[in-house]
Amino acid sequence: MPVEFIADLHIHTCLSPCAELSMTPKGIVEKAASLGINIIAVCDHNSVENVEVTKKLAKEKGINVIAGMEINSSEEVHVLGLFKDMESALKMQEIVYKNLQPGENDDELFGMQVVVNEKNEVLEFNKRLLIGSANISVNRIVELIHELNGLAIASHIDRDVFGIIGQLGFIPPEIKFDALEISRGIELDRAVMKFKAYRHIPWVFSSDAHRIEDVGRRTTRFLMNHSTFEELCLALKGVEGRKVAF
Amino acid sequence: MKLQEIVNSLSLDVKTPGMDLNREVAGGYASDLLSDVIGNAKEGSIWITLQVHLNIVAVASLKGLSGIILVNNRVPDEDTLKKASEEKIPIMTSPLSAFELVGRLYSLGLRCQ
Repeated sequence: MPVEFIADLHIHTCLSPCAELSMTPKGIVEKAASLGINIIAVCDHNSVENVEVTKKLAKEKGINVIAGMEINSSEEVHVLGLFKDMESALKMQEIVYKNLQPGENDDELFGMQVVVNEKNEVLEFNKRLLIGSANISVNRIVELIHELNGLAIASHIDRDVFGIIGQLGFIPPEIKFDALEISRGIELDRAVMKFKAYRHIPWVFSSDAHRIEDVGRRTTRFLMNHSTFEELCLALKGVEGRKVAF
Repeated sequence: MKLQEIVNSLSLDVKTPGMDLNREVAGGYASDLLSDVIGNAKEGSIWITLQVHLNIVAVASLKGLSGIILVNNRVPDEDTLKKASEEKIPIMTSPLSAFELVGRLYSLGLRCQ
């Protein structure tokens, strides 16, 4: 019998240049635990380098961390890739890094990109232009995520810039998204009205937190049997009573 | 102004062969956000963008635009060109940046409607 789990499937860490430095894996896990969140997905821009440490820290708190990445396509559409394990996530990272626009991050302009350990100690500063876009179309990105058995979610479809509807006018029907994300920037009833044409695809609700106080500000309630990635996949397909509670 | 005149004046590379370029261009619109084009471009305008995704054809068709000029030598996807031929939306490319290209279109007398 499925029970309710609370998930925030879009959280940035201090690896994202635009996130605050307070977004350490330790800080995020403590905040999520204090809110009773069961599942979080770490989704930094074009990188998964702070996922493993978050997984380790969350284990003792009983929170399941999903390895994710927010990929910026050649059309500047943001897509979340969620992966079943680090191996798949690292494969996606390799593809994204290979296609990421060249250049070095400017700490002053875009913000620092910090890879940390469990104790909040700095391991390195990522030098890549993580704020940039990968030279891969949104269609291909979704295919690549699916080839790695991951979930492809269209980020914040309610946002004009970097959301798929803002960038491309509408969601191309040939792209098989597993879910669409509604950000905390829009009231739920307004989203239902505005995006009624897209109700045939499951919706998830996430914080897209860049500051610690925003973690869990919007969450998705899933009805499923466990708080695992496999169960999330089944819930989005609506298998045997599992679903997004809405 | 006819599309053919614009193609000649600016040496545009027409990527959709066999299409009638003897159509009237009523004005111009430049934007890379397709939602903005849906909201604000006027019928008969020529659209200047760097987006090459298949969706540009649907948006141009929806708004009755007279054609699409891709800047910075952007290469349209195969699917995009195929769809453009079906929908009879001419796609042209130019090595110029959007700023340069729009400036020249303006000099030719085109305006945002």
